[in-house]
Amino acid sequence: MIRTVFAAALLAISAITAAPALADNHTIAPGEGAGERLQEALILAEPGDTIMLEAGRYALTDGLSLDVEGVTIRGVGMEGDAQSILDFTNQQGAGEGLLITSDNVTLRDFAVENAKGDGIKSKGADNIIYHGLRIEWTAGPKASNGAYGIYPVESSNVLVQDSYVRGASDAGIYVGQSENIIVRRNRVVENVAGIEIENSNFAEVTENLTTKNTGGILVFDLPGLPKVGGGSVLVARNAVIDNNTDNFAPEGNIVASVPAGTGVMVMANSNVQVVENALVNNDTTHVMLIAYSQDYNDERYQPRPVDVTVADNVYGTGGAKPDFEGGALIAGAFGGALPPVLTDGLHQGLQVKDTKMVATLGLTKVGQPRTEAAPALWSQADDTKSAPTLARVTLPDGMEARLQ
Amino acid sequence: MKLANGIILGAAALVFALSAALNTGAGAAPMHRVNAEAVLGVEQLDGTLSKYPRTLGEYGFFLDDAGRLPSDAVIPYALNTPLWSDGADKLRYIYLPDGTAMTDPGEGGLLGLPVGSAIIKTFAFGDQYIETRLLLHRADGWLALPYKWNAEQTEAKLALVGARIELTRPDGEAISYQIPNKNQCKQCHVKDKVVTPIGPKSRNLSGPWLSAQTQAGRLETMPAVHDTVPNWSERAEANDRDALARGYLDVNCAHCHQPGGSASNSGLDLRWEQSDPHAIGLSKPPVAAGRGAGGHKVSIAPGDPDASILVYRMSSTEPGVAMPELGRSTNDEEGIAVIRRWIEGMGPAS
Repeated sequence: MIRTVFAAALLAISAITAAPALADNHTIAPGEGAGERLQEALILAEPGDTIMLEAGRYALTDGLSLDVEGVTIRGVGMEGDAQSILDFTNQQGAGEGLLITSDNVTLRDFAVENAKGDGIKSKGADNIIYHGLRIEWTAGPKASNGAYGIYPVESSNVLVQDSYVRGASDAGIYVGQSENIIVRRNRVVENVAGIEIENSNFAEVTENLTTKNTGGILVFDLPGLPKVGGGSVLVARNAVIDNNTDNFAPEGNIVASVPAGTGVMVMANSNVQVVENALVNNDTTHVMLIAYSQDYNDERYQPRPVDVTVADNVYGTGGAKPDFEGGALIAGAFGGALPPVLTDGLHQGLQVKDTKMVATLGLTKVGQPRTEAAPALWSQADDTKSAPTLARVTLPDGMEARLQ
Repeated sequence: MKLANGIILGAAALVFALSAALNTGAGAAPMHRVNAEAVLGVEQLDGTLSKYPRTLGEYGFFLDDAGRLPSDAVIPYALNTPLWSDGADKLRYIYLPDGTAMTDPGEGGLLGLPVGSAIIKTFAFGDQYIETRLLLHRADGWLALPYKWNAEQTEAKLALVGARIELTRPDGEAISYQIPNKNQCKQCHVKDKVVTPIGPKSRNLSGPWLSAQTQAGRLETMPAVHDTVPNWSERAEANDRDALARGYLDVNCAHCHQPGGSASNSGLDLRWEQSDPHAIGLSKPPVAAGRGAGGHKVSIAPGDPDASILVYRMSSTEPGVAMPELGRSTNDEEGIAVIRRWIEGMGPAS
């Protein structure tokens, strides 16, 4: 009996020491020298520490960075009466507002305004959580705004949720060259691309509101990058509404080619499911499938969309003002508006289960100019290949528990 | 290089004269010792332990408080083509612990430096020292730390968070000079998540210097490859525009733009040894350049520097556009000119 108690006591002690008892909270307040104080705290933080941002506006002149594992940066809120705002309006250096290069980092409940480059970038930072953040270029859509709002790249296990991004001149939320990704319950407004999943695998984009962007949700795969062959992407239960903002991306970027009025766009990739979304009033088309049409020299690359499923979506009005050359003519041929689903004809394996109105541009070769398009109504009967299943994305144990 | 050599030779001569004076003066000058424990981050002789020594003086790399006189254990060196940092002069040194030597990895690569060694680089405008950056080779890897000189030039203090300094260059231009913070040091010095030196690659070092180190037992074997990266100071007379430009890109860009570097996701690989035209940027569309693309469609448009993102970003000082992202607040006009000539010489893409 005594022995049992002793063992229990030992266990209790070890539980205490194993818990992050050594983790510290460092509280930073806005005001004079806030940028230096915050950067110092980010450098001197130990794994497990939390950097607390008191309410207020932090006027920053240089980019911030974090390179310590397991650190949480937490403000008091991203909007409303109590906010912690990292204000980069007068930023003089660095390519982004905040750069994360360590694993197991949690970012929550603060805002980043007017970063000169990207808002928050995390590179090679596994198990990262972006939660309750506002990334905003406050003057609205402008080509001079930073490219990406939330920008995880080359990472495994990425969670982006309950955040708001406005004004990004490329993509509001951009996940690139990563795997095991959940992007959910975000609001992305007035960006070129609302949400973009690029050269990534095993991603779920769910329950987001994407509105007033140029394109709502993009699933892209590009050649010539360290990681190519994106796929296994679920786009489900999103509200994709009124994405008709003129494309304000600087030319040269792939998103500069996205027509205004695009709901969901799949370029290359394999195994993409677009299901149970509400797509309303996107003036070009609600769902678009295209092959990568530029020259490339990459043996690993597969330029066509392969195995795409479009099912159980709700389509509102849309397609009446297609924003690409010859679009109006094609819309005219379909009675004044493009159908809710448009393919360039180069896909391999397409299941459309929620509408019979699917237009094809009738291209037969990758890279063929669109002037050679032979628009027609596409028929599911022509495609009998069955769609592969898609496994749910699960994040590592304990990752989401960091938010409790 | 002429200038840099001049400074180093001048400094070396001064050191020689002064150390001679010190040694022969009273005949009782205390022997100078580099604080090897501070370099290693282990317990020091006085029982203290400092992961991040507070001042440059604590290391004992220099004989004087002003950091002008390197100790005997500290070897000055210069690079054929140096990294451009707002036009700052740079004084470079390698500290090797007693009885150790550098190694040659072959193929012109980065010299191997033993645990306990350090690389020291002071940034100066004329006589004014601004900062001294250290790379310390500790048992658990390399650590990069910046030290900021005071206005009196008597002490350089650790600047973990970096600093921004408004200064006027000798050429009269007022600039906002940035001392990088510890994380920013790593941003350039990281490869595959590990901090590494960048500069002392034998291809970018001079034969005479390497030979002198070999003879002094400071370098195990004389590298077969040296001086393949051209001498930047002789760029006006350089015939090989390709080598000049590629050397510049290697030194100024490739620490990030290579596999495992901070800009690996761009797919752009500007290392000297890269030969795939697409990887170097020829007709390569950008990935995540955003407005950094400046409306241009490819990193390098052969024959057309004005349509090349590379030139556009080198020619901007605006955060989010400017490349490199760190280490400059002004444009390297000479560098831009060399890259422009190189791209012009490519002729239009076939």
